Amino acid sequence: MSTESSSTVARVLKPTILILIAIVAISSRLFSIIRFESVIHEFDPWFNYRTTQHLVKNGFYDFWNWFDEKSWYPLGRVVGGTVYPGIMVTSALIHNVLHFFNFPVDIRNVCVFLAPMFSGLTAFSAYLLTKELKDSSAGLLAAAFLGVAPGYISRSVAGSYDNEGIAIFLLVFTFYLWIKAVKTGSAFFGLLTALFYFYMVSAWGGYVFITNLVPLHAFTLLLMGRFSNRLYVSYSTFYAIGTLLSMQIPFVGFQPTRTSEHMAALGVFGLIQLYAFAELVRGYIPPKQFKTLLKGGVAAVAVISAVGLTLLSFSGVIAPFTGRFYSLYDTGYAKIHIPIIASVSEHQPTAWTSFFFDLQMLIFLFPAGVYLCFKELKDEHVFIILYSVFASYFAGVMVRLMLTLTPVVCVSAAIAYSTLLDTYLETSEHVLASTNSAIVATPAPAVIDTPTVAIPEAKAAGKKAAAKAAAAAAAAAKSNEADAKTHAKSISAASGEKKRFPIFNLDSRLLVILQLTWFLFMFAWHCTYVTSGSYSSPSIVLASRQHDGSQMIIDDFREAYYWLRKNTKEDAKVMSWWDYGYQMAGMANVTTLVDNNTWNNTHIATVGKAMSTSEEVSYKVLRQHDVDYVLILFGGVIGYSGDDINKFLWMIRIAEGVYPNDVKETNFFTPRGEYKVDHDATKTMRESLMYKMSYYRFAELYGGGNAVDHVRNARMPAEGPTLSVLEEAYTTENWLVRIYKVKDLDNLGRDLKDSTAFDKGRVRKVSSLKKK
Amino acid sequence: MNDIKTAANSLLTAYIKDTPKSLKLIDSYMVYVLLTGIIQFVYVVIAGTFPNNAFLAGFISTVASFVLAANLRIQTNPKNASQFPTTSPERAFADFLACNVVVHFAVANFLG
Repeated sequence: MSTESSSTVARVLKPTILILIAIVAISSRLFSIIRFESVIHEFDPWFNYRTTQHLVKNGFYDFWNWFDEKSWYPLGRVVGGTVYPGIMVTSALIHNVLHFFNFPVDIRNVCVFLAPMFSGLTAFSAYLLTKELKDSSAGLLAAAFLGVAPGYISRSVAGSYDNEGIAIFLLVFTFYLWIKAVKTGSAFFGLLTALFYFYMVSAWGGYVFITNLVPLHAFTLLLMGRFSNRLYVSYSTFYAIGTLLSMQIPFVGFQPTRTSEHMAALGVFGLIQLYAFAELVRGYIPPKQFKTLLKGGVAAVAVISAVGLTLLSFSGVIAPFTGRFYSLYDTGYAKIHIPIIASVSEHQPTAWTSFFFDLQMLIFLFPAGVYLCFKELKDEHVFIILYSVFASYFAGVMVRLMLTLTPVVCVSAAIAYSTLLDTYLETSEHVLASTNSAIVATPAPAVIDTPTVAIPEAKAAGKKAAAKAAAAAAAAAKSNEADAKTHAKSISAASGEKKRFPIFNLDSRLLVILQLTWFLFMFAWHCTYVTSGSYSSPSIVLASRQHDGSQMIIDDFREAYYWLRKNTKEDAKVMSWWDYGYQMAGMANVTTLVDNNTWNNTHIATVGKAMSTSEEVSYKVLRQHDVDYVLILFGGVIGYSGDDINKFLWMIRIAEGVYPNDVKETNFFTPRGEYKVDHDATKTMRESLMYKMSYYRFAELYGGGNAVDHVRNARMPAEGPTLSVLEEAYTTENWLVRIYKVKDLDNLGRDLKDSTAFDKGRVRKVSSLKKK
Repeated sequence: MNDIKTAANSLLTAYIKDTPKSLKLIDSYMVYVLLTGIIQFVYVVIAGTFPNNAFLAGFISTVASFVLAANLRIQTNPKNASQFPTTSPERAFADFLACNVVVHFAVANFLG
């Protein structure tokens, strides 16, 4: 194959492969749509969806000034100033553009499909980033990896309408632009970096990662003695414009000038200015005189900055690190000081198995890729090394930060993989050249680089076809075809060879190549399996298998929310634990007391107190907050383990943090230190409102005897708890959601407990009279 | 102290002798921007930062203008031509303008 024709082939193949990667990335995220329906998933997405609806309906200015009185009753929430508006504005924009061209698409579908669409773009930016580090064949591999890596899919399946869905694209693309800016020293790329940084700031709180990583890269280059004018231009353009732009987001506001998280960037900015100035002066005068000037300058700067910094921190202009930030350094910090952070499961430390689960073969190619970066060690490789070190650390601390690790793992694994392919698919000319010059490590000259590009690409095509084959059996034929193509390619490449080292024998090559291909197949299979099995559940609709293998859909959440929507007053206040706040606001359109935006710990603790104290104490709290209904989750009937009794300990802990006199965690444990709900449950436990609401009339379901809680495997007492301040309003089909109505004050001014007892007594009397 | 004085003197003469006129023009612009920044800072120290966004907008505007001018100076300096093979002086000026447009758009928005 001549060089010219193969380069044309490569030119056609590259965009085709990228488009195929994008299609695979999008379609492997659609499991939940096919299995269930086009719905918004989980918790936070419901808030994003609700605000997007508001934005589309009322326009941008109204959204910006929106005061939402339906959440955090009676406080309310200034939505415009407390959200990252990036994702809402993006989908509203897409919606409006489509409507302008007369595509009447519903905003819900825009929201549902936003994350999969952006995953295609993420794959493309991974291609660009890796191309800057190695070559375009490695780029294609990186794109294919990132397109299907479960670590990223976990947050970007269709319906998972969350900030991370677009933020990972922005993260990778911003890093690509930054590397491009450092390489070319162009202010224009610095400007683009700043603009995408702005987009990132508007989209996700994780922008702090960029805010610290980019200055760290600049600082490391300074320490390595690699200061260049290109670095000055790119960094100072990025910092000056990026900081100014980031302050335009109301939620970020003046933070870049105040909080410690942003100070590193400022410090590096100042340092780089001084360094550049010193370099400028050095150009004009002889070294000896420069030294004396430098000494004087360094002393002056050190004194000024030390005095300034102490003054600023003492006067409190610079805020200390926030709690969420501390919990990144000290994993035990949150558990002791901020139970509300620790109570969120995605803030828990990562189990090592989940690294393999989320990244499969990439996790062992990752260190090899980092090692190869060390071997090259140009400015951009330093960046990847820093990124991988810090992202690995943070991914180890918090499960959700796996998301920031995934791109760099894909990039460096692609570098490692494509280096392997390059070595074992190299054409003879390179081998000849290296025999002649006796330097094996020489990079291939540009002319013979092109045929090697085409081959890994065909590989990538085969890999993608493999991913498809796993997704739908119909695509199997295609995969064979692509595989055959790959084979033909490698044979045609091999036939062009004349002389080579013994190690480059065809059989030893094939051994490695086939094994690598096998790994790719396994990877695609694993990714599809994980995506379909673990990450595609919408969690508002549950699916389970019955004994005969047929599927049972458990739709209790929507049943309950629908009931609330249809049967309560417009301004009904519903109390529940904060997890369900966003869903209730979005689906049931009721006023909630607390929701997933956990900004007010005291308010959450008040709800926790109402749940964990006895009826008399709790009733006062309920009355004070005008609560009409209380909603709880109870999984005891069908064995749903994420219910409120299992979360109850966190409610108690959070409540105890604010109301230590009313709630004591130790009272909920048996003398032997066990958390029990059956006969052994403590008195405090049995009297708490949550316990009563959960097990109210539970025993009746079993006809009086042998009531078993399937979550906790507990045999419940035959005599269930009684309720006097609440009455049961609605319980869903599988008892998953129970709604209670708060009783009004008694007409005769009696205690509610007395009146309930009186009512019961009368009923008994009447029935006994009738018998006579 | 004396050393510093002589060093500073030789720096000044070397600067006047070796610098092209266009760079001196940029330098004078940078000195002017620096002075406006210092004036704003002194004002803030005396009068307080009350409309904080207005102060930040003004101050960052000067910082950004300074930095962007420095970029222009670096990229158009004939001594640095080897480091910027792809950036012609015209391209550098176009970048300078583009960045300034974005910066001052944001500044105007931020002034409040």
